[in-house]
Amino acid sequence: MAPDAPVKTSSPGALPNPVTRLVRWDVIVTALLIVVFAGGALGTPDFATSDNLSFALDDLSEIALIALPMTLLVVAAEVDLSVASVLGLSSALLGALWDAGWAIETIIPLLIIVGAIAGLVNGLLVTRLGLPSLAVTIGTLTLYRGLAYVVLGTKAVAQFPQNYADLATKTVPGTPIPYPFALFIVAAIVTAVVLHATGAGRAIFATGAQEEAAFFAGIRVKRIKLLLFVVSGVVSAFAGAIYTLRYGSARADNGLGLELAVIAAVLLGGVDFDGGRGTLGGVVAGVLLIGLLRNLLMLRDVATEIQSIVTGLLLIVSVLTPRIIAGVREARRHPRGSISASSQ
Amino acid sequence: MATITTTEAGAETGGGGRRLVDTVLRARELSILAALIVLVVVTTAANSSFLSQQGVKDIFLNASILALLAVGQTMVVITRNIDLSVGSVVGLVAFASGKFVLGHDRNIVLVLILGMAIGAVCGLVNGVLVSFFRVPALVVTLGTLYVIQGLDYYWAHGQQINAADVPNSLLELGSGSVLGIPYLPLITVVVMLAVGYYLRSYPSGREFYAIGSNPDAARLAGLSIRRRILTAYACSGILAGLAGVLWLARFGTVVADAAHGWELRVVAAVVVGGVAIVGGLGTVYGAALGALLLTTIGSVLVVLKVNSFWQDAISGLLLLLAISVDRLLSLRVTRALRRRNVRHGA
Repeated sequence: MAPDAPVKTSSPGALPNPVTRLVRWDVIVTALLIVVFAGGALGTPDFATSDNLSFALDDLSEIALIALPMTLLVVAAEVDLSVASVLGLSSALLGALWDAGWAIETIIPLLIIVGAIAGLVNGLLVTRLGLPSLAVTIGTLTLYRGLAYVVLGTKAVAQFPQNYADLATKTVPGTPIPYPFALFIVAAIVTAVVLHATGAGRAIFATGAQEEAAFFAGIRVKRIKLLLFVVSGVVSAFAGAIYTLRYGSARADNGLGLELAVIAAVLLGGVDFDGGRGTLGGVVAGVLLIGLLRNLLMLRDVATEIQSIVTGLLLIVSVLTPRIIAGVREARRHPRGSISASSQ
Repeated sequence: MATITTTEAGAETGGGGRRLVDTVLRARELSILAALIVLVVVTTAANSSFLSQQGVKDIFLNASILALLAVGQTMVVITRNIDLSVGSVVGLVAFASGKFVLGHDRNIVLVLILGMAIGAVCGLVNGVLVSFFRVPALVVTLGTLYVIQGLDYYWAHGQQINAADVPNSLLELGSGSVLGIPYLPLITVVVMLAVGYYLRSYPSGREFYAIGSNPDAARLAGLSIRRRILTAYACSGILAGLAGVLWLARFGTVVADAAHGWELRVVAAVVVGGVAIVGGLGTVYGAALGALLLTTIGSVLVVLKVNSFWQDAISGLLLLLAISVDRLLSLRVTRALRRRNVRHGA
């Protein structure tokens, strides 16, 4: 899906870590995805039905959508842990304003503005003060979730208009693809083009690979990061609206803990957490792999707890495998050479 | 605060730089302490019951487990790594030790050893993956968070440990005290002092800082990086295991999702305590104070009858404030150091 050129152009010798160039993890994930799908279709009768697949995809919508800006951020060597809280804040606002008699058409643009502001706060703290995004977004994770409770308390608001609820749950006519997931497909294509086929995408890779070098090469590193945080906030807020309408319930604690699932999907897709490396195709495959695997385990009546274990193991294996393979190759090439001197 | 010391730093450049950094670090802990005192004084003025014996005891009891985890997390964070799995280790150990004592009158030392052993295994898994395979710590510990949490939930399967099934000797550990000082904070303080002393006064302890502040230099200097990182994770795991047993002792009732989501609280405490998330800087005392500050803020908001809905928002705001002030302070120090180095031609 994604062209592989930017991976090579991103960091010519910047990070002397040959691992992901030797083994394309995103290819492995895609292969795994096909295996899981084929295995599921053959071994589990209810799996490959259009009803089940559209349920599985719909269930994945918010994680999938938020994974897109998260990919860009991680490629730029930053992270946004506040996404699930922005989702919750957006959901709470939607509920409170709907309760106060506002129209959904007015509320949703407002949510997007709120999301942009939330992202702007993250971005400004990271770029202007030079704070690590992990620390900043742990702070805003708490802050935004707190604001969600301030807005709605522990109330739940339901009874949203049917036509909007339908948009969040019904499928595109003639296909098993739910509307939110259709939106994800379009957004993923746009993101893939931006990341892998434009100057902006190359700038993001360069920023993540070697920020200082990118800066001296004339890339506006800070502006890029600021923009990515804003996009992340906007998408998370919009995902909050989808989440609310899909479940038909606005609550301040909606999407609690979702940030780790999003990051798991991105990392599973082979994006290097140190920045500068990754493909959007890999992330799409990672998102789908997690979603289908969970669905399959559910259909086979495997306890939900096992799904958590599988997710965790997949995550560990996804970072471990390429390193082990690279280590073995390295050892073969230099039988008595020291590995420690060559990387990092 | 930072600029005062620059005037007296004329004698010897290297030593002066060290002293300056030391002063700022100490100032960092002092400023958390000052914030704590202001918070307590203002709250007591508003509501005199805040400083009642019971009130103070509750704060210390509530802060001890978080502080214990923050001490372990500090060891990991100063090596430029992170341990997100601590919350799930606490949950697993709390449930495991609950199952272990269920209906038996087990020796309390045995329970503690079992809990710390489980924690040590979890920590070693993290440590081996991070140090020997050199995989990013965040990915590894996010993975083990899910795996450990899944194991815990699968095992617990909706069961619950009730205080009635927990032997009194263990519950006594959670609520009892010696010479008026409750056991829990006592344990935390002892652990904190031990780890703090080791990190500061032993050459091998200082290596943790060296590794975190400049991995390349540490490697060139021939430090045993792998062993230190492994140690850091093992300690974090052991302390999380200890915290798990103490959790059971304190609350008696344990469901599978005990300490769920605590990993970020612990990281928050560490960050507030002035431990740099990029490694190489910070002390366990600061981290423990950070945990105490976060806990106190929670209690203050309750005592001041601040709408409980505002609590998270205020905590988040204070966390952001803390790291921003810290950053601005350190920027000033860097500038001051640079200016002085220019003056001395260093």
